[in-house]
Amino acid sequence: MLGIDCPKPCKERWPTPPFDPRFPKQNQTRNCYQILDYHPCVKRMNRRGKSTQPCEYYFCVFHALCPMSWVQRWTEIKDGTFAGKI
Amino acid sequence: MAYPLQLGFQDATSPIMEELLHFHDHTLMIVFLISSLVLYIITLMLTTKLTHTSTMDAQEVETIWTILPAIILILIALPSLRILYMMDEVNNPSLTVKTMGHQWYWSYEYTDYEDLNFDSYMIPTSDLKPGELRLLEVDNRVVLPMEMTIRMLVSSEDVLHSWAVPSLGLKTDAIPGRLNQTTLMSTRPGLFYGQCSEICGSNHSFMPIVLELVPLENFEKWSTSML
Repeated sequence: MLGIDCPKPCKERWPTPPFDPRFPKQNQTRNCYQILDYHPCVKRMNRRGKSTQPCEYYFCVFHALCPMSWVQRWTEIKDGTFAGKI
Repeated sequence: MAYPLQLGFQDATSPIMEELLHFHDHTLMIVFLISSLVLYIITLMLTTKLTHTSTMDAQEVETIWTILPAIILILIALPSLRILYMMDEVNNPSLTVKTMGHQWYWSYEYTDYEDLNFDSYMIPTSDLKPGELRLLEVDNRVVLPMEMTIRMLVSSEDVLHSWAVPSLGLKTDAIPGRLNQTTLMSTRPGLFYGQCSEICGSNHSFMPIVLELVPLENFEKWSTSML
């Protein structure tokens, strides 16, 4: 369900996620949940037949911020029980 | 790192810790002055043969010892708030490193470019080489570039832990399901030690943290060699 096709443009364009004013404080959990932005973006772009390249920014952000175990756990969820709205 | 019979803080390695050291000096001086004044007055009270048994009116001294403590508290609060806001200043980090607490070791992830991750276990006392520090050395140190702002994201895979490095003035709780951010900036290279700071089971005292701050070129060589 969350099969992540790994684009790897991050190195060239976005070294590390910058300060995000939506999440100014210590708790960055929601910042990591930008995985929730990546998948709808990819879906919408695919539905419109456009390239998913603009969505790669969201991928780079959650890849840099989210612990690998969280991403792995979300990737393994196959039966549609992911807690967020994808 | 800490040394035997240490009385004060460890030497500061980050600008925030320097500020905290100066603030502590300022506040402790106030505390010492007040305590010595009170102790002196108590001594005077206990060593006099004079007595006074009628009630008195003391408006002036009552006013002074109300206003003066209020002023002293303001003189403590202002630098304190200054440092508090300084800690929350917005900065754009150059690197993001994640640390996950486990029972009973830390694991580190550098995923900005490639996926580099490793575990960091304490070296048991029986395996220490001469000169190494007991209960503080680890097998894989956290190598970081010095003089650069680094975003540390701290979380846990099981119970509560806390990621602390005193000489950088850092202590951030590792809470499962939550990602806590702290900013790290070292003004000099070196090895900086810390220990888990939230009780997490039998080996809570045996999961230290060692940061190895190096120049950027050395950091890049190290990260390439670790992949």
